[in-house]
Amino acid sequence: MGRQIGALLWKDLIVELRRREQVLSLAVFSLLVLLIFNFAFDLRRTDLAAAGPGILWVTFVFTAVLSLNRAFSVEQDRGTWEGLLLAPIDRGAIYLAKLAANLAFTLVVEVIAIAAFTTFFDLPSNVLQLIAAVLAGTLGFATVGTLFAAMAANTRAREVLLPILLLPVSVPVIIGSVKATAVAFEGVDASTGQYPWLGLVLAFDAIFLAVSFAVFEYVVED
Amino acid sequence: MLAASAQLDSDRRAVSPGSAVESRSNAILGWATAVLMAASLYAVFVYAPIERTQGLPQKIFYFHVPLAWDAYLAFLCTLIGSIGYLRTSQRRWDALAQSAAEIGVVFTSLVLISGSIWGKTIWGAWWAWDARLTSTLVMWFIYVAYLMLRSALGRTVRAARHAAVLGIVGFIDVPIVHMSVTWWRTLHPQPTVANPAGPTLPGSMLLAFFVCLVTFTVLFVFLLRERMAVERLRDDVDELGSMLLAGAA
Repeated sequence: MGRQIGALLWKDLIVELRRREQVLSLAVFSLLVLLIFNFAFDLRRTDLAAAGPGILWVTFVFTAVLSLNRAFSVEQDRGTWEGLLLAPIDRGAIYLAKLAANLAFTLVVEVIAIAAFTTFFDLPSNVLQLIAAVLAGTLGFATVGTLFAAMAANTRAREVLLPILLLPVSVPVIIGSVKATAVAFEGVDASTGQYPWLGLVLAFDAIFLAVSFAVFEYVVED
Repeated sequence: MLAASAQLDSDRRAVSPGSAVESRSNAILGWATAVLMAASLYAVFVYAPIERTQGLPQKIFYFHVPLAWDAYLAFLCTLIGSIGYLRTSQRRWDALAQSAAEIGVVFTSLVLISGSIWGKTIWGAWWAWDARLTSTLVMWFIYVAYLMLRSALGRTVRAARHAAVLGIVGFIDVPIVHMSVTWWRTLHPQPTVANPAGPTLPGSMLLAFFVCLVTFTVLFVFLLRERMAVERLRDDVDELGSMLLAGAA
């Protein structure tokens, strides 16, 4: 199974490296979201601790939804999805490979977005905490997101159906990641440091990685 | 032509056997709901005393909490139906999951609406971003998404399978959402019935509350059975339609 995942992941990465359309367009998109937020809130460096975590996560969530939508729709538009299902590959391997490819694309875009955020505004004081929050939150979003993207890809209204499915279910990830990022911005204080937010997100990651892996075969079986 | 309709008649019996018995037992259940509902109204408005600080608006509680109970019961049925469907691929499990989800969304909507009316009179605002309100709203969104997924995929095996996956993921998510939102904020009144230190409600109010709880549970079972009967009829119509088409060809 490890070799299957490796091969599938390699395929997605090669396709992306040759065409370079997904990461580039998503990076431009995330920069635009940051630009819009700057106008929407008229941001100054002083209100960064209050608004920064929210701005970052809305940007990440929008980007992740777009990225997830493409993961399966590209396969279907090129007609390679049937080929993937016909190949003697474990369904779980398809799920994990798609999850890994998505994580890779989203994380690259997030690094670009954070770099831009740092240039536009400022870097949060606790960088390690920020990295941990971004990794845990992105994983949580991608676990359920990959499962739902496979479901939404079969429908006509997939672009809007995916966020409708994904956003309510990932509310714990959004709350936990925003709070954990807030800790990175202002250090631990009474309102944000009271609960183990990162632990909450990691627990979500573990539960939904297991559940999504277990039920993925029912989503792609046809 | 006559032979064809006789054929259809016998096929219909084959499609849903025992439906006559079922509809009679459900009619009894419907009448029981009506009687219990009258008893509940009596218990709420005549038997139970008027609360000292809140006054009449407190009466909403007798319907609000049983509605929430029904919603959770419905989503539990959706979970059971979803697991049953993924394990057996039998249509009746899917019908259970779908029917319960629809009823659950209706009841969750009623919980949100009745809560808002209460909140407007007691808190002075239709909505507050309190933990229980927020997590109920998120739960409502999860199951609205469930219904939207179903309608996007039509009446197909794929729709049933996708919906079953969401029925499981959504139910697992509800307690996690609740916990995360509770950490985030809490304003809702503390439990007065399921309180670890024993109920804080006076006896007569507690009795009225339990009458309502039983009423709404029976109402839920009645609605669920009716809704599942509709689903069976739909299946019959589909089947007869395809039979007619096959006969015509």
